[in-house]
This record gives sequence, C-alpha cells and structure tokens, in this order.
Amino acid sequence: MLDVRDLSVSYGTIRAVRGISFSLAKGELVSLLGANGAGKSTTLKCIAGALKSAGGSITLDGADITQASPEQVVRAGLATVPETRDVFPDLTVAENLMLGAYIHRRDRAGNRDNLERVHALFPRLSEREHQPAGTLSGGEQQMLVIARALMSRPRVLLLDEPSLGLAPAIVERIFEMIEALKKTGLTILLVEQNVNQALSVADRAYVLRLGKIVASGTAAEIRSTTDLSTHYLGG
Amino acid sequence: MAFTIQFVIDVLSLGGAYALMALGLVIIYGILKLVNFAYGELIMVAGYTMYLTGGSGLPWIVMAVLAVAMSIVFGIFTDYAAFRPVRAKSVTAVLITSFAFSNLVQNAALLFISPRPRNVPLPEIFSQTVSIAGVITPVRNLITIVASIVLLAGVAFLMRKTTLGIAMRAAATNFTMARMLGVPANLIISSAFALSGFLAGVVGILWIGRIGTVVPGIGLEPLLIAFIATVIGGMRSLPGAVLGGFLLALIDTTLNYTLSQDLLKFRDAFTFGLVILILLWRPDGLIKGPASGQRT
Repeated sequence: MLDVRDLSVSYGTIRAVRGISFSLAKGELVSLLGANGAGKSTTLKCIAGALKSAGGSITLDGADITQASPEQVVRAGLATVPETRDVFPDLTVAENLMLGAYIHRRDRAGNRDNLERVHALFPRLSEREHQPAGTLSGGEQQMLVIARALMSRPRVLLLDEPSLGLAPAIVERIFEMIEALKKTGLTILLVEQNVNQALSVADRAYVLRLGKIVASGTAAEIRSTTDLSTHYLGG
Repeated sequence: MAFTIQFVIDVLSLGGAYALMALGLVIIYGILKLVNFAYGELIMVAGYTMYLTGGSGLPWIVMAVLAVAMSIVFGIFTDYAAFRPVRAKSVTAVLITSFAFSNLVQNAALLFISPRPRNVPLPEIFSQTVSIAGVITPVRNLITIVASIVLLAGVAFLMRKTTLGIAMRAAATNFTMARMLGVPANLIISSAFALSGFLAGVVGILWIGRIGTVVPGIGLEPLLIAFIATVIGGMRSLPGAVLGGFLLALIDTTLNYTLSQDLLKFRDAFTFGLVILILLWRPDGLIKGPASGQRT
C-alpha cells in the first residue's frame, strides 16, 4: 500500500533521516518507534509532502508521491495527523470537519454519511459541534484532528504521537479508537514514543535511531528481542 | 445635535474607507504573514483606469466596474510578479520585491502617464450635498458609509459561510495544515490577492472621489493608513483591522474638530502619538488573532 525506499530528509546540512526503507500492506497497522530526534516525525512530514526529500522514493498504491505537494498527497488517499495537534482554533468543530472533507466538497451526501460515521466514533465531537476548536480539551482536540483526517476518506492514515501530552485515561481511549479504525480496514502508520501502547495495537514495528532503522519485526518480536531502552536512552 | 450627526457621519465615512483599506491589507498578511507594500498601487491602478476610460463615453458605473476589475487583476498580478517567485525563500526577499514592484509601477505611471494630477470622471452625485436633520453632508460620505457596510458584510459572509472563506481563515492560522487537508495553496493565495484587489479598487474609487484627481503617489497614504489601522487592530485579525480602521478615523476626526488652526498641521503627530500609546497598552493590537501562525 505504502512503500518507502531509501528515504533521506535533510534540514540544511543536518541529515535527519538517512536512507530508511519500510512498507505497509493493506489494512496493516505499523508503528515507527524511537526517541526524540530519531527522525520519526520528519519521516511522516516528508511522506505527507510537507517536507522535501533529499533522496529515495515514496509510492502509494504504485503511484509515486515522492515529489507531491501536501494537497496532492491527500488527494492520492493519504491523510496525516501531525503531532502538533493542529486544529484551527478559531474555527468551530463543524468547520474543522468540513475542511477535512475539502477534497470531497461537492459530494455533500457522502460527506454527511461520513460525518455520521465520524460522530459515531467520536460522540464528544457532535456535542461540541458549534464550539471553536480552540476551546476543546487536549484529548478532544486530538479526537478532532483524527476525525478531520478521516473526513478526507483516506486509505492510509499517518498518526504522529496521538498520545503526546494527554492524561493516561484519554490515551487509553485514543488507542481504543485507533484499534476501532484498524478494524475498519484502514492502513495506519503510527509514530509513538509510548512504546507499550503502540506495540499493543501494532502488527509490526520499526525502530528508528538517529535517522536509521535499527530494528524491525512483528510487534511481539520487537517487544521480546529488542532492548528498546537502549534506543530510547541513547545507551 | 447637529454637531453630533455631523461628527458621526464624518467618523463613519472616513472609518468605513479606512476599514476597507485595512481589510484589504490584512487579508494578505493573515495568510502569507507578509505585508504587501505594493498595496497602494492597487488604488492607483483603479484611479488611472478611471482616468484612461474617462473620455470613452461609457456610463460611469461601467468605468467604475472596469476600475475595480483592473485592481483585482493587478492584485493577482502582484502575487505572480512580486510574491510567488520568492515566497518560499525569505521574508526579506518578499519585503524588497514588494517595495520594488510598488516603485516600478509608480514610476511607470510617472513615465507613461504624467507626474501631474489627472482628472478622474466622477458622477454628479459625488459633488452633491444633502441635508440630514439640518446638517449639510456631501452625498459621497453617505455612499462611502453604505458601500463599506455592504462590503464589510459581504466579506464577513464570505469568510464565515463559504468553503473558500473558511479555507482562507484556516490557511491564515496554519497554512501547512490547511494544505495537508487538500486546500490548494495557490488558490487560497490568489483568492486573497483578488479579494485584496477588489477592496482596494472600491476604496480607491471612494478615496479618489474625495479629491477628484489621481497622481502616481496616490497609494502611499492609503497604504500607511491601512498599515497603521491593522497594527492598532491586530495584524492577524480581520475584525481587528476593521476596528482599527474605525478607531483611526475616530482619532483623526476628533483631532480635526478639536485642534486649533495652528496645531492642525501637526495632526498626524498627534495621531501617531495616540497610536504609540495604544500600542504600549496593547502591543499585539486590540484584537489578538488565532494563536498559531506559521509562515509557509
């Protein structure tokens, strides 16, 4: 479904991602793990088209999206939820969701159905429909950005640190939702620092360290064979 | 009573024009986080279009529509000529290109038209006066008030109710995120420049209607007014720009009425003094825009 080959990304002279390769099969939930600065978010931003790659290729369902702009990537069927939890704070929840469906804006009936599905998944959002998104709690904002990404009807969803800065009970709920999304057949790439949570929902995982993949395998393999603390604590 | 009516009409008509000028500038700033220093030239273009079509015998309203259309086209052209080529590279570069573009256009007008004021055709109604409750008021002031109410309401509707407007507001808070939802960057930027050109065109006609002539440097004062109004009101907020415009008009009009003849020539010094005080009190402007705002 999503195939990343030899991807490199640089910020000026700093090489943040150094030739990584990984792939996601249809319906799979794959996790990218690693410490701060390992290059996880950079990789995601590059796939989303928000950063230019310095080398390598990204293909989505056989179509090359390496050079695509962010607006082309989402049209190709890949939606991104960035870690910065970018709701549009002065727009209402409903307006945020409406923009999520921007690329399908002429298909009103389809958007209505989709909105119902999203509301069923995140009932809290339908209660707060007319509230500015900036007034939501952190957990609700996280739900909103995920819901907004789903409104574009993606085939692949990139989730960047959905648990960042949230209370444990909320993290629990977010991960339940991720599992529910996985059951709908959505292909998900999940970037997380919360290793245990991530491995509990992931089929497979890759561990990044200083811009390189240092381990990969099924969730169980990663859990048993890799000493993750060394990658996280820099040992 | 008569004085109050006179004062209110003066503030509203001047404020309406200021608010429209400020709105046209802040729409670009909101999205690109860049000040379009060639904004005043949009007003100049509207003026010269009126001048050039003046002898054609077209009905005035057709000339006015043409002038506004030229401003819109020119607004979009500003984007292509001064912004788009260097937009992604550096803020300083765009600052310089927009200044350069402004200079270039002004000098083209100097060279190809004339440095001297040129008459702009205006309909009778612009020079007529009307008496409201015993107060003699120029009709053009009332036209300005009505036009600004209609346009402000129109812009408010566009920004609140249409998909394009909501996408523009989203792009103003977080351009990259808006693009990640599929909102095309170029469409949003071109729309912003077109809207800015539209507002400048209308305000240009109203503004030039006060004096009746156009010179190459006509845009400087509106640019300055718009800039100050947006700084007072809050650079990232559309309602802020409108509020700033009306507040600046209130200050100017109050000073016009209260300062003695000797001091009146220093009116701008008083105005700017008050602006400084406002900024000391609210450094971010009166209305804060949305929290985040990255440049693209």
